[in-house]
This record gives sequence, structure tokens and C-alpha cells, in this order.
Amino acid sequence: MNFGFTPEQELLRDQVRRFLDDNCALPEVRRIMKSAQGYEQGHWQQMAELGWLGLIINESDGGVGLNWVDLVVVLEEMGRSLYPGPYLSTLCFTAALIDITDSHTQKTLLPGIAEGKIKGSLALLDRPGDPHVDNISLEAITTGEGVFLSGSKPFVHDCGSADYFLVAYRQAQDFYLALLDANDPSLERSHSATMDFTKRTGKLTFDNLDISNAPRFKVSEHQINRLFDIGAVGVAAEMIGAAEAVLAITTTYAQDRIQFGHAIGKYQGVKHRLAEMYVDIESFKSLVYYAAWTITDSAEELSRSASLAKAFASDAFAAIGIDAVQLHGAIGFTQEYDIQLYLKRSKWSRASFGNADFHYEKIIEQKQNSQGI
Amino acid sequence: MDFEYTQSEQNFRSEVRQFLDENLPAATDKGPVFMKHWLKKVREKRWVGFSWPKSVGGGGGNIMEQVILKEEMSARKAPPLGTCMMGLAWVGPGIIQYGTEEQKERFLPDILDSKYHWCTGYSEPNVGSDLAALQCKATRDRDEYIINGTKIWTSLAPFASWISMLVRTDNFGETDNKHDGITALLVDLSTQGIDIKPIENMAGGKVFAQIFFDNVRVPIKNRLGEEGNGWAVTISSLANERSSIGEVAGLYTKLEKLTDLLSTSKWNGQAAITDKKIRRTLGRFEAKIEAMRLNGLRYLTKQIKGEPLSSETSVNKLHRAELEVEMGDFAVEKLGEAGLQLRNQEDAVRTGYWATDSLNWPTVVIGGGTPNIQKNIIAERILGLPKD
Ligand SMILES: Cc1cc2nc3c(=O)[nH]c(=O)nc-3n(C[C@H](O)[C@H](O)[C@H](O)COP(=O)(O)OP(=O)(O)OC[C@H]3O[C@@H](n4cnc5c(N)ncnc54)[C@H](O)[C@@H]3O)c2cc1C
Repeated sequence: MNFGFTPEQELLRDQVRRFLDDNCALPEVRRIMKSAQGYEQGHWQQMAELGWLGLIINESDGGVGLNWVDLVVVLEEMGRSLYPGPYLSTLCFTAALIDITDSHTQKTLLPGIAEGKIKGSLALLDRPGDPHVDNISLEAITTGEGVFLSGSKPFVHDCGSADYFLVAYRQAQDFYLALLDANDPSLERSHSATMDFTKRTGKLTFDNLDISNAPRFKVSEHQINRLFDIGAVGVAAEMIGAAEAVLAITTTYAQDRIQFGHAIGKYQGVKHRLAEMYVDIESFKSLVYYAAWTITDSAEELSRSASLAKAFASDAFAAIGIDAVQLHGAIGFTQEYDIQLYLKRSKWSRASFGNADFHYEKIIEQKQNSQGI
Repeated sequence: MDFEYTQSEQNFRSEVRQFLDENLPAATDKGPVFMKHWLKKVREKRWVGFSWPKSVGGGGGNIMEQVILKEEMSARKAPPLGTCMMGLAWVGPGIIQYGTEEQKERFLPDILDSKYHWCTGYSEPNVGSDLAALQCKATRDRDEYIINGTKIWTSLAPFASWISMLVRTDNFGETDNKHDGITALLVDLSTQGIDIKPIENMAGGKVFAQIFFDNVRVPIKNRLGEEGNGWAVTISSLANERSSIGEVAGLYTKLEKLTDLLSTSKWNGQAAITDKKIRRTLGRFEAKIEAMRLNGLRYLTKQIKGEPLSSETSVNKLHRAELEVEMGDFAVEKLGEAGLQLRNQEDAVRTGYWATDSLNWPTVVIGGGTPNIQKNIIAERILGLPKD
């Protein structure tokens, strides 16, 4: 029994930490997040060389052959630094390639991902809403001339930088994912930063787009749900590091800022809130670690564990983001001060792959279905 | 990360399961006759005081075996392994660590054999969270201490035979080095000059009491540890109680009961559980309980690896305090007026279980150190914020 990390995983954490501290400290994050591209190609290439882009890709496909528990370590540290770049989206795309596509597709794309040459993103939902198959309504029309998609996919993560998309649609009673080349001129895409400038989204628009030449994969509802759950775990892993950064920044501030003759951290209105933040972060950290473990080692538990983790983290981090700004006083409201960047991240994270309402409902619904209560 | 068990751990688990199959068949009536038999059996197995060294009659179980035993016992809702709760939880461990050979021989076997109850005398009318300020005093008269003062909120005192208590033998009335001058004594409650007055709590229970000490003479051989060293004795014996496995199992059982209640009881003619907000709250409870379970496993891993734990156990204490308050209150709120009916009253729901439950949370929330104090501990010891 070992619910902790191996020495190798701790080394990986140190490596990621050092890389981000050296190359992507917050002033640099601020520069990158305001750039047109939204990420730094040089970092991407270095990350490929360090093996982080192929962490969950098998060695035979050019990767490192590790699993999601190792990834959590990387994501946690990226969250702590608010790393701006398409890492998480490419990761979700990679996970889908591995889960769903055929070996030919995998051989074509996975080595390129590991080398940093290919980035990808999932385009699953076609209307604002929960990560639920009901929100996939795009319907393929088959005629004598081809298979056509007309419609759009809003809020596609890192839509502007992706080289490929896996686009979900329906045909008859079934769900499919089509692998589309982002550079296909007939594929319309827009992109922009969100309120959290370190996270980009965009919209794919299909105007009678013929996908008959694109690789297409039939997927079960269960497989799509698994992708949603994996995404939720990925986001939640970033939330751990980000929330810990908030706590560290705010604790330091509370030790330094003097009012009424004492450091404000002496006052219980301040110190107790910080203690509560610690309690919540410790707790969703445990939930996320376990959920990450279930992705490869206990797949039947993933749905529940991912939802418990994402639900707890979403509520907790949102409140932590707000209260941390409040505990800073007016300086927390300024662009110059970093804490607000994390507040914005908390809102992005909450919205991404399902908020607490959705995940708590999912837990109860599945329990009712399985236990007949 | 792995959740696998070694062969010997698996064997131990099978042994426990087999024992439970044989000695705790489903639908066992856990009456007094059964309990007597049960206590004898688990004692023979050396599962009472399982974490204690074998040399003092314990089981010598390692951390993982202790966990497995607790898990299996909780999963089958088994009766306790021994009924001398405080003796097993901290009085015994304190004696093992600080006691004389004579004390060990005299007290430990009785604790393991569930002979009588111990109680714990720390709090006083003017001394609660700030325990080190205690004033109940003991003066030395040759080979005896003479105790004068009072202890309050002493759980089990009305049924106990012995009390493990803290008295002040030095530094009277000082506030600066109040931790010095405290001494731990083991006192026979039938000694002359002791008066125990049970106190009824708001749920109607009479489990704790105030104890008055009027020139109570205690032989110095009943002192635990050195004179003036009582604070250290207390801190290290209390540190023995840190696993939350049993609590998590209890909370999961309670959540099952709550879910069942809300699935079957109607509100406006509909099953209460169809309500979105109710479902969300149930999900939130589940996430907290599961977080407690996993926090416990994470801290356990640290212990196994030999990393020191700071005050992380306060994390689960805070969750548990919140859950104990909220779950009972939630049930009673959702039942409306029916939720207020106590046992034997007309239309009592589940024989008033939730009505009583919603009044019993202080046992957990106040009894083991209040939430404010737990938050101080985290803020000061873990986050390094200035002391109050
Ligand atoms: C069911 C039950 C069983 C018990 N059993 C025993 C027992 O067997 N033996 C025993 O010795 N004692 C026992 N106690 C007593 C228990 O240990 C005390 O109640 C507890 O330590 C709190 O002390 P107090 O009640 O005097 O409250 P106080 O310490 O007076 O606290 C009152 C309020 O002030 C707050 N407060 C106090 N100090 C601070 C601070 N520094 N910062 C912020 N807030 C603060 C507290 O959080 C609380 O809300 C029991 C209590 C209960 C409820």
C-alpha cells in the first residue's frame, strides 16, 4: 500500500518545478499570455526533449510509457506556475487517440506529439453546457457525394494552436469522432483568450464540410464519458498546484502585512480562513490523486472518483480564489499583483469539464442507477 | 502509487474475515451474552490492544495490520474490540510509555480484559481549550498527594472506576510557564473525598459529569511519569489516537442511512431525493467523507515511510466536525416537523434516530478540541502564522 509518489515521480516534480521557475516565472507568464500565440514554441520544444509531451505515450510510439499518476505531478506544477500553453488540451487529445483510434492513426500522430511537432485538441460539445453526450448534437449527413458536417463547436481549448481536432458528432444512433486537420482551409476556426489569459479557446465552424476522407471512429457513450472524466481529472490536477500557490502567496502576505500593530495573519478572521483553505486543498488533492490512479488502474471507479475530485475542487478553488483576493485588500484588485491571475484561473477551472453541480448530480444519479435507490 | 497488499497482509486479512464469518454471522443479536463471548474471543486473538507490544499483553500488530483489522471490523459493523475505550485509546498507551512496571502489571491486563472503565480528567470549569492553565491542585504529604479541586465534562465518569487526570503540583497561578508544574495521576474513583455529579446533556444523555475532589489522598506510586512532567505525558499519549478509519466507516454508514431516508420519505408528495439541491448536498457529503478516507491513506503512507506527521490529523477532525453537524441537521430539516419527533412520539421517523443525532454533534465537535482550536493548530504549526 502506497498512496504517495515514487522517488522517480518526486524527481520528475523537481525537474518540472525547476524548468518552470527558470523559464516560466510569472513575469514571463504575463508576457506569453499577452502574445498572439498564447504560448512559447521554445518551451514546447524543450518540454518535448524532456519527455513531458510523450509521458503517457508508449515507448514504441516515441513516448515515455508512464501513466496518469506521473502526469498529475507535471500538471500540478504547471498549475502552480499558471503555465500558459496547450499542454492539457494536447494531453486530452493524446488520451483520446490512445483510447479510441486505430494503430495506424496512433503510429502517424503519437510520435509527432511526443516530439513536439503536433498539438491537438478535443472538440466534443456543440452547445454551452455540461460535459454530457446530450450536448453533442452535431449530425453528419451522408449523401452520394460524401459525409458532411454543418454546425459548430464552441469553446474548443487551444483552438488556435492545435494542429488536429477530434470532433464528436452523431450519425444515426451512434457517436463518432472525426480526426480533422486544423490546416484544412475549409475548416473555419476562430480563437481568443478567455478571462484567464493563460487559457485559450475558440470555435470550429463547419459549413457543409466533407469529412469522408478523414479518419472516423465510432465511440460508445461510455468512451466519451471516459474522455470527459479524464479531462476533469487533468483540470483538477492543475487546480491543486494553482490553489497551493494561492495559499502560499496569501500566507506570506499575511505574515508580512502589518495592521493594528500586528501581522494580519495573527487575526483569526485571516488565519482561520487560511487554515480552511489548507484543509480543502489537502482534501481535493487526495481525491485527485486517487482519481488519476483509477484512470489506468481501476477504470470502473473513474467516473465516481473523477466527479468527486472535480466537484470538490471546483467549489473549493473558486472560493479560495475570491477569498485570497479579499485577504489582500485593495492591492489584490490590481493588475500588477499576481493573486488575481489565480482567481481567474479558478473560474476557468470550474467551468472546464463540468462544475460541481454537474459532478455531484452525476455521482448521485449513478448511485441510484447502480443501487436502485 | 499502489493499493496492493503484501502476501502476509493478505493472509492477515483472510484470517480476520474468517474469524468474522465464524464469530459474527449476519443478523447476530449483539446482546450481553453475545458481547461477553465476543470480548473473550477477540481477547484470545490478541486483537484487543492490537497495537500494543506483545510484552504487555497486546497484539504487536504493525501499522498495516492495524489498518486491515480496523477496515474489516468496520466493514462488518463489528462490535468494539474491547469496551474499555479510554483505557485502550490513551490511558493504556500512556502507561506503556511512562508507567512503572508495577503500574503496567496492575492496570494493563484489566484494560485488555474490559474489566472496568477509565475516564479522563483534563477540563475544569474555568479551563477548556487552554488546558495547560488547569488549576485542580495536588500537594505532597510524604508518600501521598492530596487533591483539591474539580474536573468537569468528564465522559463516562458515572460508570468509571478509575480516572487518569492532570493536576497542578507547581507554578500555581502563573501564566508564563503554565505547561510546567502539571502532573498526571491515576486515581481510584472510590477513594474517599470524591463526589461525582452526572450532568445531563441537551440530547438527554447523562454520560459526562463534574467530579469534586475534597482532600483526596492518592499514593505517589499512582503518579504517571515524573512530577511536573504531566504535559508531555498527555501530549504523547493523545498522539496515539490518529487513525480515522473507524470514523470514515461510521460516516459512510450514516450517509447510507441519510440517502435511504431521503429516498423513502416524501415531501410535497414526492420522494425528497428528487430535489436537485438535496442531491447536490448528498454529493457534497460523499466527497468530504471520501476525502477523509483518502487523506487518511495519504497520511498513513507518510507514517509507513517514516516521514513525521505534523498536525495533519486536524484536517480530518475538521471535516468530521462539519459532517457530524451538517448531516444530522440536514436530515431533520428535510423531514420538516416529522423530523422533530423523538422515539416513542407519534409519527417519529426511524424511531427518532435523526432527531437525537441532530443534537449529539457536540460530542465530536467540542469534545476533542473545538474547530477554532483545530484551525489555530493548522494555521500556526503548518502554515507558520503568528500565534494568537
Ligand atoms: C461531549 C463532551 C465530552 C467531553 N469529555 C471530556 C472528558 O472526558 N474529559 C475532559 O477532560 N474533557 C472533556 N470534555 C471537555 C472538552 O475537552 C472541552 O469542552 C473543550 O476542550 C473545550 O473547552 P470548553 O468547553 O471549556 O470551551 P472554551 O475553551 O471555553 O471555548 C468556548 C468557545 O471559545 C472558543 N475558543 C476558545 N479559545 C479560543 C481561541 N484561542 N481562539 C478562538 N476561539 C477560541 C472555542 O472554540 C469555543 O467555541 C468533553 C466535552 C464534551 C462536549
